[in-house]
Amino acid sequence: MSAIHLHFDVPGDDFTRAGEASGSTKKRLKALGYDSDAIRRVAIAMYEAEINMVIHANGGYCDVDVYPDRVEILLADDGPGIEDIDKAMQEGYSTAPDNVRSLGFGAGMGLPNIKKYSDEMRIDTKLGIGTKLYLTIKVH
Amino acid sequence: MIVRDIIDILEGEIICEGNLDQEILTACGSDMMSDVLAFVKDQSVLLTGLVNPQVVRTAEMMDMACIIFVRGKVPDESIITLAKARGITLMKTRFRMFTACGLLYSNGLSGGCKV
Repeated sequence: MSAIHLHFDVPGDDFTRAGEASGSTKKRLKALGYDSDAIRRVAIAMYEAEINMVIHANGGYCDVDVYPDRVEILLADDGPGIEDIDKAMQEGYSTAPDNVRSLGFGAGMGLPNIKKYSDEMRIDTKLGIGTKLYLTIKVH
Repeated sequence: MIVRDIIDILEGEIICEGNLDQEILTACGSDMMSDVLAFVKDQSVLLTGLVNPQVVRTAEMMDMACIIFVRGKVPDESIITLAKARGITLMKTRFRMFTACGLLYSNGLSGGCKV
């Protein structure tokens, strides 16, 4: 059973609000007294995933379960799905439109960064249906 | 080096004041936020030519104390509000990215990574 459950809707039409779910989660973990390095890994992984949802999938939702020893995050969208996961995992590979790069993203570092900061990462994606990203990050 | 020292070195102008006595150990200069997020450093400042709210959110996730906008770029009110709520100092400098980074580096600030 999880100690704390958080749910966030991620709006797809407002790039300026992307990161609110990650910021709120970070604040909550801080208040709970978790280690700051661990909190940072959670925040960065979740933030990159949140940005991905806004850029590629017109938003979605996040469910965060906080346990004493780990944080589990589900990020789900009903966007276009990921065509080639192996390519998407390569640093520098991006399918983001050019206008996203002018916003500071689309460098092809999103999924590699998420993998780097997570202890476990699983992608469940179906073309035309959507993507579910499951992350586990150990916090002690 | 503390945030206050950076104001002198970069002839900076404070837009939004956080803790100016916060010690700074490393810096990162980039307009691509995912590149910033790729390397975690402690007590860092971000130099950027990008002016949008995601710059503040990136700094928030990374626990950065200060954002320096190069080339005299000025953030809008929504960015300032976000930074204020998070206690992050915003500063602008007339110097361009290369020069601003060079000035901080030659004054003892490192990139914090071996590469």
